[in-house]
Parts: sequence; structure tokens; C-alpha cells
Amino acid sequence: MGTVSVVFRREFAEYVRSVLGYVVAAAVLLLAGLLFYAQALGPAAGERLSGEVLARFFYTMSGLVAIAAVALSIRLIAEERQAGTLVLLSTSPVREWEVVLGKFLSAFAFLGTITLVSCYMPLLVMINGKVSLGQVLVGYLGLLLIGGACLAIGLFATSLTRYQLVAAVVASVLTGTMFLFWQLSLVLDPPLSRVFAGLAIHARHFQGFQVGTLHLRDVVYYLAVTYFFLLLATKTMEVKRWE
Amino acid sequence: MISVNNVSKFFGGKRALGPVSCEIGTGEAVGFLGLNGAGKTTLLRILACDLRPSAGSFAVDGIDGGTTPHHIRSLVGFLPESPPIYPEMTVGEYLRFAGQLRGLTGSHLKHRLPEVEEIANIRPVHHELLRHLSHGYRQRVGLAQAIIHQPQLLILDEPTTGLDPAQIVEMRLMIQGLKEKHTVLISSHVLPEIHQTCDRLLVLRDGELVASGTEQDLSHRLESCRIAASVIPGHEQSGTGGVETVLSAIDGVHSVVATERGDGVIDLVVETGSDIRADISRALVHGGYGVIRIDRADMELEEVFLQLVHGDDDGDR
Repeated sequence: MGTVSVVFRREFAEYVRSVLGYVVAAAVLLLAGLLFYAQALGPAAGERLSGEVLARFFYTMSGLVAIAAVALSIRLIAEERQAGTLVLLSTSPVREWEVVLGKFLSAFAFLGTITLVSCYMPLLVMINGKVSLGQVLVGYLGLLLIGGACLAIGLFATSLTRYQLVAAVVASVLTGTMFLFWQLSLVLDPPLSRVFAGLAIHARHFQGFQVGTLHLRDVVYYLAVTYFFLLLATKTMEVKRWE
Repeated sequence: MISVNNVSKFFGGKRALGPVSCEIGTGEAVGFLGLNGAGKTTLLRILACDLRPSAGSFAVDGIDGGTTPHHIRSLVGFLPESPPIYPEMTVGEYLRFAGQLRGLTGSHLKHRLPEVEEIANIRPVHHELLRHLSHGYRQRVGLAQAIIHQPQLLILDEPTTGLDPAQIVEMRLMIQGLKEKHTVLISSHVLPEIHQTCDRLLVLRDGELVASGTEQDLSHRLESCRIAASVIPGHEQSGTGGVETVLSAIDGVHSVVATERGDGVIDLVVETGSDIRADISRALVHGGYGVIRIDRADMELEEVFLQLVHGDDDGDR
């Protein structure tokens, strides 16, 4: 784990001193704040139960977190390949999985920090309404899990190419497709509808987190998606040595 | 130290290297010569375990590169043609990162950092951001990261590319200093650098190893042999045409270039298939020429290089 930590620290420092990190953080927090205002505080918000306001907040944040995850992940390997710095890692006694895990954890830590900074909004709901701390914590767990899954998808995309634009397109298509599986499940007949509903990254698996209900199957789903795409990214990096 | 057996590399069905076989001993400094696309970088990247060979096998210090490349990487320091630096890091941060990747920690890393900065002469820029450094300094930082873990094998791919003459001399001196502690492999187009730095040369052409040896070995091993002579024509001979005719009639003579000096002596350069100085001198004496000098002319490294890398078809250039 020593090497993972070395890669993690360099990558996290890169986010902290790069413009990209601040742009993504500012965009996510600004949009989250505006949408929260519109949905909970603004004149058009109307009378709503505090639990419903919180569920809407987590629903909105999940989309923003997914987009931020893609934006943060696309540079991770493609940029190094383009700049020629990947050779430092690939000629050091560092295994591919250590590189992938170190980079994933750094992006996850940065994304987690951005996500947690938004906590003042649910706290406002908590103070002025009737929601439990558990509901807030479960909602944030859901955000971190969906963020981790989207980061893993982005990391896989960035491992495929040296061009960040291509990585961004691949990551967006993959993530978008996994979001759309839910819509697809609505128009298909069983058993396919059940398969696609089960694979959809958002609707069915995130609904529980929105309302503060923790299902083990949802946690396992997000962890499995994350693991699967991190494994694909690792194998892609291994295969690239043969090309 | 290094054993390469029939290593080949294909990129998308196109052969970039091999099959190549060679042995490199511990403590040797070996230069890889070849034109662009000859396969030098591919071979060096394979030996640095950055790339995997499509076929064949290699071992470094007895460790098989196919099955345990991870172990080999800890024995190798690699400086690619373009140094792998992160522009937003300072020199100190970067070298610390490179050392940690190679497993250096704590006091060992703390002691080693100033050492490599001293060797690479980059102490004054320890706190500078890498993006603010000149190409020459970046190359030195690249060299420092390659030696920070005191690797047994140091691989330098075109280490002087883009450097000015003063920097080239400095880099050459650094490499000569490193030869004492590391087995060094260098690829370069700058022939004097290879000539002055390396004990042995491996010449690659179109992905294949076409020659191996010292500069003199290579010169001797070439199929073509060059003989230089100076003769004084007899009374009945005049001009250079006669001597060219006499020599061209000898079996094994490929070409004759005769140049008249002002003092009546004719200088000859004879390209032959082998060392036939005895036949040439006999023919000259028989033809009425006084031979005042006949010698084998070893080719300069540059000529050796050009003949080898261009192949037989272009060898007469």
C-alpha cells in the first residue's frame, strides 16, 4: 500500500494546485446552491415536507456528483500518457493496480471533499425541518458511492487513450448509458426489464439513499460497479504494454 | 547482466524490432546506434520493462523479464528521450516522488536526494518549479530521477537530444562518471558521444542487430575494406587513368579513386572485398609504378555507422 499512498499524495496535490480542481468544485457547489435555493427556499419552491426537500437535494446532487466525477477522472491517465510522464510510473517497480488505485483514491478524496462541503444545505433542512441525521448520512453515503462508481468509469475511459477529449466522450457515453438503463427497463418486457433496472446506475439503486433508506444490495451494486471498472482500467494498462 | 534472446516487437502487425539477440556484461557501457525507426528506443523500452516483447525473452541479472518484470524495474533506471517530468512540481518534490516510487523512504531518501542533485548538478534549482527550467536542466533532472535508487542498469535514450554543445559535454562527463557504478546503455545519433562514452556498439538497422563490437571491430568486420596507397608513376605513365585501369583489373577491387598531388605523387583509395594489399602492390610494381606507401585505412566511426545503418545497397555512399 506504500506505493498507492505515494501515487495518491501526488495526484491529490495535483488537484489542489490545478485550475481544474477549483473549477469543478466551484461549478458543483454553485449549481448545487442555486438548485437548492430554487427547490427549497425560492418563491417557486412552495410548501414541501422537509424529507421531500432533502430527497430532492440528494437527487440533484447525485447528478452533479456524477458529472464532477467524470470531469475529475478523465485527466488521470490520458494526461500522463500525452505528456510522457506515465513512463516514470511504468518503469518503476509499481504495479498497474497500485497506480489505478492511487489515482482513484485521490480523485475520490477530492470529490468527497467537494461533496461534503455541500453539507450546509441538508443541515439547514435539518435545523428548520424534521429530518434525522441518519437520513442525511445515508444520503451522503449514496453520493459517495455513486461518485466512486462514476470515477471508476471515468478512470477506465482515461486508461484507454492519450486524448482527454476522447476519454471524456467515452466516460460520458458509458455513464449516460448506465443512467439510461432505467428508462430502457421501463419499455422492455421481463426478464430484460429486470436486468436493465438492476444495472441502472441511478434510479432504482439511488432511490433508497435519497429517502434515507440503506439497502445492502444498493451498496453492493455501487461497490461492484466501482470494482469492475477499476479492474478494467488495470487490465487495460497491462494490455497497453503489449501494444 | 543482460541476456536478450530473439526478442521481437510488433506494433499493429508492423515489425518494429527483431528478432534480436545479444549479451551485455556487468559494468559495460554499450551504445545503440541506428537511424530513426531502427528499433533502438523499442529495444531500450523493452529492457526497461516499459514494453513487453511480442516474442522472445530477456533477462536482467538472471531475472526473466517476461514473468517478473516488476523485479527488473527495481534494478533499472530509465531516462526516455523526453524526460518524464511533472511541470507543476519542484525539483525536490519530483525527485522525492521518483525515489518513493522506487521504494526509498525516510533517512535513505533524505541522504540520497542531495547526492543525486550533486551528481546531476541541479542543487541550485532544488526549489524551482520544473516548468520554469530550461531543457538542459530538465534533462539533468531526468537523469537524477533515473539514478536516485542506485540502479544496477542505467538506460538512457538519446540523452543529449536538444542540448547545446556545452550541455552535451557536461552530460557526457556525467555519463562517464556514472559508468563506474552502473551498467549503462545509451542510444544516440550523436556519434562522437557514443564513441567517447561507450565500450561497445550495437548497430540496429530496420529492427535488426546488424553489428556489434568496438569501433575498430566494426570497421574490420565490414565486408568492404579500404586500402590507401601513394605511388610515383614511371616515365611511360601519365595521369591517373592508367593506375585506375591497372588496379581495376585485380579480382576483389570494387572501386579506385586516384588523385594527383602537385609533387607527382598519386594518392589512391581502393575499396576491396578483403585485405589484398599484397596483390595491389604486386600489380602496381608490375605496372611500372613506384609504391611509396600502402596501408589499410580504418574507417572513421561516422563512416562505419553510415555503412552499417544504410545497408549494403547504400554502402558506397
